[in-house]
Amino acid sequence: MTEAAAGSSAGDRFALYDLFAVYGALIDAAEFDVWLSLFAATCTYHIVPRENYERRLPAGLVYCDSRAVLEDRIRALREANKYNIHTDRHLIGLPRLTGEEGEAKLVEAPFAVYQTDQEGETRLFATGLYRDRIVVEAGGLKFRDKLVLLDTFAVPSLLATPL
Amino acid sequence: MLNAAIWPTFDYSRVPYRLYHDPEAYQREQERIFRGPTWNFLGLEAEIPNPGDFRTTYVGDTPVIVNRDANGTIYALVNRCAHRGAMVRREMSGNAGEHTCIYHQWCYGLDGRLKSIPFRRGIRGKGGLDPSFDMAVHGLRKLRVASVNGALFGTLADDVEPVEDYLGAPVLAQLRRLFERPVTILGYNRQRIRANWKLYAENTRDNYHASLLHEFLVTFGLDRSTQVGGVKMDARHRHNITWAEAESDSPELAQEAYGAARVRSNYLSLKEPELVRFRRERADPLNIAITSVFPSAVFVQISNSLAVRQIRPRGIDEVEIFQTMLGYADDPPDLTLHRLRQANLVGPAGLVSMEDGEAIEIAHRASKPDRDSTTVIELGGAGVISDRDYRVTDVPLRGFWSYYAELLGIEPAGAVR
Repeated sequence: MTEAAAGSSAGDRFALYDLFAVYGALIDAAEFDVWLSLFAATCTYHIVPRENYERRLPAGLVYCDSRAVLEDRIRALREANKYNIHTDRHLIGLPRLTGEEGEAKLVEAPFAVYQTDQEGETRLFATGLYRDRIVVEAGGLKFRDKLVLLDTFAVPSLLATPL
Repeated sequence: MLNAAIWPTFDYSRVPYRLYHDPEAYQREQERIFRGPTWNFLGLEAEIPNPGDFRTTYVGDTPVIVNRDANGTIYALVNRCAHRGAMVRREMSGNAGEHTCIYHQWCYGLDGRLKSIPFRRGIRGKGGLDPSFDMAVHGLRKLRVASVNGALFGTLADDVEPVEDYLGAPVLAQLRRLFERPVTILGYNRQRIRANWKLYAENTRDNYHASLLHEFLVTFGLDRSTQVGGVKMDARHRHNITWAEAESDSPELAQEAYGAARVRSNYLSLKEPELVRFRRERADPLNIAITSVFPSAVFVQISNSLAVRQIRPRGIDEVEIFQTMLGYADDPPDLTLHRLRQANLVGPAGLVSMEDGEAIEIAHRASKPDRDSTTVIELGGAGVISDRDYRVTDVPLRGFWSYYAELLGIEPAGAVR
């Protein structure tokens, strides 16, 4: 356990767990506008294939270097994109404090996302690791930078809804 | 039986569904297309810049190593040990002086030559190989390799025309345009689609679907069929260039064609218009240039995002799309950032490409049970296969099938080419 983690109070820990629980639940409920409210006013969101990350190659599958791009992607999802009709189920492992950087807490959490189609067939869609910078803003914890490090970089079918 | 009688028409305006689902067709494709007289995209010289650099890839189902030897010469080798048929090089990429199979440690040079065999003479005179065993004929099989401005192509056939002739002047010009300066690799993405590989090869030649399936293109004015554009093929019509010129239509024309409801807003309504804004980089005005090279490569410019896609068949019912995202080595940092942002447009999560995965999966799924029924390919007219200076067309699909039929030996007498 890192010193940062050891130094945080139980209350901080529960707030962190709550943030990740709500994060997954909102995607699974397709409540993307509320989901956006979990991000800081200035934020980034990247989904990066592990094979790029390990080779230090910058390209992502989803590359939102600003809140504006993230909001555009959510708008496109609602207004323009067509994709496999499905529901998501996020299983997010316990978040782990790995350090601090200025006001931000560095946090990692592993995840699995299962997708279920209209006929009730479920398949494992993705596993990976969240590697995040989390800040306090407007009295609550928010994601300032969220990196979705994608183990399953051979994406099954297509990637539409956020991970 | 797979034969010329499967075609209801001689202009490939009707393609029987069985060709997406027939194991016999799949086997024959591997033999006569991928191991036949075609040039297959292998990768980029920029991916193996130094002596000893290697990458592994596929030509159809055949695993291949592409590497650069100490003299800088590039070799492509079938990645299969001469001894027991095991994959010799398992990593995706790396740097090595030789390739050693883990199974019995047969060791090959970067030129494919078999260099050493453990216990070749046995131990204390017992066992090992007979002295007559000829190492010179047990190397890794070499592919012929050709480079077009750093884009590497390989072939397993002995009797294929030079790559320049295979591509033809228009496609060659497009590749030289894309690779006019040294490129840099921005990253990779991969997608596994549960559909036959040919549905994807058709999709990239299908200009008709683009602005209909990919609503984002029209909604935000990135690409509309009202733009000046068209399709251009090689003389044999096996390859295709889908092209469009930036800002060559008006919002009024687009609204008339698509209806005001579809053209809801232009790109300026995006919170980050740079996501689609086209920065003109060349003398020509093209903002869409999608070059499909038979059988399995696609060279893509969509706005300022640049990529090469390799179509990797994974059996009858699945295809992997392996995409390499590109920039130029001399791009200033702000242009690199622009390309990384515009990479949001393409790939498995692409704002103007994610739909392809779904479209070809539902085509694959629904066509499966009725193999003698056919698709309809008649946009832009049936009959003769030729270039078009308009976009509501799927003529290049018929060119693809024409060459496919020829290579598979199922071309009907009197068919168009």
